[in-house]
Amino acid sequence: MNGTVEPILTVEHLTMRFGGLVAVDDLSFSARPGDITALIGPNGAGKTTVFNCITGFYKPTVGMIRLAHPDGKTFLLERLLDFRISQRARGSRTFQNIRLFQGMTVLENLMVARHNPLMLASGFTLFGMLGLRTFTNAERAAIDMAKYWLDKIGITSRADDPAGDLPYGAQRRLEVARAMCTEPVLLCLDEPAAGLNARESAELNELLLFIRAEHATSILLIEHDMSVVMEISDHIVVLDYGVKIADGAPAAIRDDPRVIAAYLGVDDEEIADVEAEVGT
Amino acid sequence: MSRAAHPGKRPLDILAALKSAVLAALVAFGLFSLLIGLRTDQGPTGALVLTERFGELGAFVAVAFVGVFLRELLLRDKRIDIVRFVPPVVTAAARRIIPFVGPALLVFALVVPVMFFHNRYLLDLSIQILTYVMLGWGLNIVVGLAGLLDLGYVAFYAVGAYSYALLAQNFGLGFWICLPLAGILAAFWGVLLGFPVLRLRGDYLAIVTLAFGEIIRLVLTNWQSFTGGPNGISGIARPSFFGLPFTDGEGGFAATFGLEFTPTHRVVFLYYLILALALVTNIVTVRLRRLPIGRAWEALREDEIACRTLGINTTNTKLTAFAIGAMFGGFAGSFFATRQGFISPESFVFGESALVLAIVVLGGMGSQIGVAVAAAVMLGGFEFFREFQQYRMLVFGFAMVGIMIWRPRGLVATRMPSVFLKERKIVAAEFVAEGRG
Ligand SMILES: Nc1ncnc2c1ncn2[C@@H]1O[C@H](COP(=O)(O)OP(=O)(O)OP(=O)(O)O)[C@@H](O)[C@H]1O
Ligand SMILES: [Mg+2]
Repeated sequence: MNGTVEPILTVEHLTMRFGGLVAVDDLSFSARPGDITALIGPNGAGKTTVFNCITGFYKPTVGMIRLAHPDGKTFLLERLLDFRISQRARGSRTFQNIRLFQGMTVLENLMVARHNPLMLASGFTLFGMLGLRTFTNAERAAIDMAKYWLDKIGITSRADDPAGDLPYGAQRRLEVARAMCTEPVLLCLDEPAAGLNARESAELNELLLFIRAEHATSILLIEHDMSVVMEISDHIVVLDYGVKIADGAPAAIRDDPRVIAAYLGVDDEEIADVEAEVGT
Repeated sequence: MSRAAHPGKRPLDILAALKSAVLAALVAFGLFSLLIGLRTDQGPTGALVLTERFGELGAFVAVAFVGVFLRELLLRDKRIDIVRFVPPVVTAAARRIIPFVGPALLVFALVVPVMFFHNRYLLDLSIQILTYVMLGWGLNIVVGLAGLLDLGYVAFYAVGAYSYALLAQNFGLGFWICLPLAGILAAFWGVLLGFPVLRLRGDYLAIVTLAFGEIIRLVLTNWQSFTGGPNGISGIARPSFFGLPFTDGEGGFAATFGLEFTPTHRVVFLYYLILALALVTNIVTVRLRRLPIGRAWEALREDEIACRTLGINTTNTKLTAFAIGAMFGGFAGSFFATRQGFISPESFVFGESALVLAIVVLGGMGSQIGVAVAAAVMLGGFEFFREFQQYRMLVFGFAMVGIMIWRPRGLVATRMPSVFLKERKIVAAEFVAEGRG
């Protein structure tokens, strides 16, 4: 590990309480730029809650979340409004339950993601109403970007169909592409492979690896499918009942007895046994 | 399974149909026993006497029983679907005709005053219809595109009307100066209302906008010294043809153009004025839909949370929808004031908001042509059903219920994409969201 690289995302002492329920408990971790960092854990471990804190949908009870751009600018995400996180801090996300604009076409979905640059180019609608060149050029550029991503996710031929009409796997990929159209520095994906068949899942892996290779976007990934996680992630953080129980490279996580115990649903007593065995 | 495969061959399930019919008859009995079965009249001594009308009650219950029985027997759980009865030839022809409906309607609208120059009644009705077309298009931005349920749209209509009336009376300003001012003031009120309200969603938003509409009306009624209170404002300046008044004699419109004076000239002018205003509303809306702001409105209607993750400032986006919708309401209001020459709070009751909303819903939320047709059908229907006198509303209500059963998403429920790569394909209604606030 290269200790000199500044992490792109630093989460420190993140705690999120809902009334008496502590969904995330004093979680600290960091993600390095260019990596695919996976956040895993059993159902209800608090993974989505972490995402909601990072993307501004929840205000953390305690904690700090810092996003550092490659150019040195840093943002404290817990202080930003949700839409500013995408607009300024360039953190984008997808959802566990697909949230596409079902009644809009595939192309329109991607165009909505270019809202802010297009708003600027349209002079907050004024130039756009007049049909000035600055706007038409910007619009063409946005369409080109959309085409690029449609090509990457392999649904160019369906660009003019409603997003709700796409097969499930394509909808998942479209949601990733839509998030990518905001040109994010950090892309948070909440179980993008959920409900996909093996072929669709492989296509998704390919897409994520492509993003890592070709774009300056770091990925934070929640995933249940261990094969996906082990195959594509560079670094894994494991949560259980809101507490971080492991943090490291895939190979190390695979053999971590506490992770195995958490996933296999072992009783507390047995965990104590296992822990005694491994000497923690 | 097999029943679904052979819908025509399934056995008639008389028992189940009977059961539903008995249930419906019971509900009808409960509903109508007091409403229809008993009636109070003033007796000869002035006291109330109770008359029983069990015959009528029986008829209502019987109708409910037979109606439900037949429906269950013949249609069962199949939806009533008009489309099935239309032969494919007609559907294909209709598809080819659809692109020409808009232009045809426009041409028709342009020649109405020529065709019906001597039918004053029809001209007045057309002006009224066009006013509601414009209001419908204005509200369509808020409800149809942005998906925000606004039950107090009439407030902006009122603000526009009173702005024009007061500005014209107190400062002697002309129509063409007052028109933009009225629009701006209405938009301003739209923003003012929007700021606190747009955090609310769905039902809450609807209730608060409804209350806002009522507040504006009550202020207009009670602020006697400023608005004239319940008496309203009369003697509002009538429109002139760019400075030429529509009066008999020297310097009037007719004399200047060497025409014989007739009061219809003013009506025709008003007709073209509201047609132009409505068309401006339409053109602006259609253009806005293709700009990022319009796309953001529709995205907001589809999924607000997704919008926020894409960096869209949802509050501002909703506010612009509200303000622009309000602005067109304001324009329509000042037209209303100049046309009537008299306004009072009576004209701005909740019923007006409801009517405009009904036009938008009936037309199909977001569809421009649908809204225009719905406005014509609604107001034309009102006039047509006038013959039925006290049953007018009943007949009209039945017609509305019928249309909502057959076309639950309005006359034009499909959606035109704002941008396309290869071909502009119509988005089917089932994908389009209606918005939840
Ligand atoms: N808004 C909320 N209010 C109350 N409790 C919540 C809220 N959001 C999440 N929780 C609770 O926090 C805990 C963690 O939920 P979270 O959705 O983060 O789990 P997860 O790790 O994403 O699980 P899954 O794998 O099922 O998606 C759960 O017990 C959940 O019920
Ligand atoms: Mg989750």
